[in-house]
Amino acid sequence: MAALTREETEALIQEVLEVYPDKAKKDRAKHLAVNDPSVEKSSKCITSNRKSLPGVMTIRGCAYAGSKGVVWGPIKDMIHISHGPVGCGQYSRAGRRNYYVGTTGINTFGTMNFTSDFQEKDIVFGGDKKLTKLIGEIETLFPLNKGISVQSECPIGLIGDDIEAVSKKVAAEIKKPIVPVRCEGFRGVSQSLGHHIANDAVRDWVLGNRDGDSSFQSTPYDVAVIGDYNIGGDAWASRTLLEEMGLRVVAQWSGDGTISEIELTPKVKLNLIHCYRSMNYIARHMEEKYAIPWMEYNFFGPTKIAESLRKIAAHFDETIQAGAEKVIARYTAEYEAVIAKYKPRLQGKKVMLYIGGLRPRHVIGAYEDLGMEVVGTGYEFAHNDDYDRTIKEMGNATLLYDDVTGYEFEEFVKRMKPDLIGSGIKEKYIFQKLGVPFRQMHSWDYSGPYHGYDGFAIFARDMDMTINNPCWKQITAPWKKAASAEGAQRVAASA
Amino acid sequence: MPEVMFRKGDNDQLIFYVAKKDLEETVVSLEFQQPDKWGGEMVLSDGQRYYLAPLDAPPKLPITLRVKRAE
Repeated sequence: MAALTREETEALIQEVLEVYPDKAKKDRAKHLAVNDPSVEKSSKCITSNRKSLPGVMTIRGCAYAGSKGVVWGPIKDMIHISHGPVGCGQYSRAGRRNYYVGTTGINTFGTMNFTSDFQEKDIVFGGDKKLTKLIGEIETLFPLNKGISVQSECPIGLIGDDIEAVSKKVAAEIKKPIVPVRCEGFRGVSQSLGHHIANDAVRDWVLGNRDGDSSFQSTPYDVAVIGDYNIGGDAWASRTLLEEMGLRVVAQWSGDGTISEIELTPKVKLNLIHCYRSMNYIARHMEEKYAIPWMEYNFFGPTKIAESLRKIAAHFDETIQAGAEKVIARYTAEYEAVIAKYKPRLQGKKVMLYIGGLRPRHVIGAYEDLGMEVVGTGYEFAHNDDYDRTIKEMGNATLLYDDVTGYEFEEFVKRMKPDLIGSGIKEKYIFQKLGVPFRQMHSWDYSGPYHGYDGFAIFARDMDMTINNPCWKQITAPWKKAASAEGAQRVAASA
Repeated sequence: MPEVMFRKGDNDQLIFYVAKKDLEETVVSLEFQQPDKWGGEMVLSDGQRYYLAPLDAPPKLPITLRVKRAE
């Protein structure tokens, strides 16, 4: 049951659009929709992956964020140079909480920031010499790095530096892969193009490195986990389940991943895609070039986990299928206890989501397992194919919003009155000040993991902790509370 | 002249995918599907029509090919 009827939701969208000038209204109307699960193609009801309107508050990132922050950043044994001014790398440093094992600064470099720190003279005379020098310094100071990626910031493309030439030349000297990535922030409409560019860079500069080298001992049960960034340890929680059912996880892309794992991925039998949006490109490429099939899966909430484990097992023989059933059986008591504990406390609560690439649809199952209902969802940077997949997951007459603006989101929340909002850090404090419980669903609000059965227990605890927190009763100041109670009494008396 | 990746879908249908254009549609009809000729004019599920210069044999899918917009 949705909170509002179809007509009410449509009226709400119209009401919210009222404030815009005509042209902006026409544009924004295409990005807001009432869900109808019977629609086959999302392109009929919602427009996505378009340029944001100038003047509105958008929550999107840039191509550099998509490449350095999402895809390349978590590869732990490479050094990722933020090539350009210092800010882009420094202000996003370690913000995504991609956990990894290793000694930072010795053999892993995930939370460190390497930058060429562009100054005026580099803009005027070009930064190629500085890049060469920088790579030399990296080699001296951090000799255990396994490779370097050059993540371009906006000025690189603007001044026309030839980072490919520098990379090739220096890579031949130091005999390590150096990957130039043309992910200047101004490219595309959101971070989504950055993912694509990063995928293409992996394809062109890394993936084929071990073609024709058969020294790697493969087994019929080799898989790669693609599009799991190990936020708060997610990839580990997923990996244990896959290993328990008898599969061998050869590579993690890219949370807690290494460049050697990426080079070995063409040897696997099946690619498992968690974040479809950011890594489907490379999976499609591997299907074409190496004939490796790929499939999407979802490890949020016991219902979806069981479904996914069986779907994965169906690609393999009986031992794996039996293994999947064994894993599900093993954890049943555990997750039933979690549901028994938290469902009574969370039953019937309404949730609104506005997140990035996969979560607006993937976490719906986990909320439903806890008896909660998602009444509105939306993506920052999704494409049509993401909405195709979302429409089926969402209930009838629920709200869909693409690249929602700060104003729209606030108005929707005021009217739909959800019990919980899941979105990012930029939205968090606005809604908390409005008195609405909030979870930051990009980085799990400094908690996690949320993937897998282990993650589900943490997920349920966190949602309960947030929604049923006593602080939400203290939003009105005591003296104002007394006044309003008095006022109510006076009204009652005069009536 | 977009570069198109053709692949087999879950139900054995032919999928037409252009990453740059965010286009993923099923091919509902393909002119030539004989063992010695594959391609020609095709119609997508959303009504768009494209033309692929016929190949000598059905290709091993998935494959990336260059197609033209049909007049």
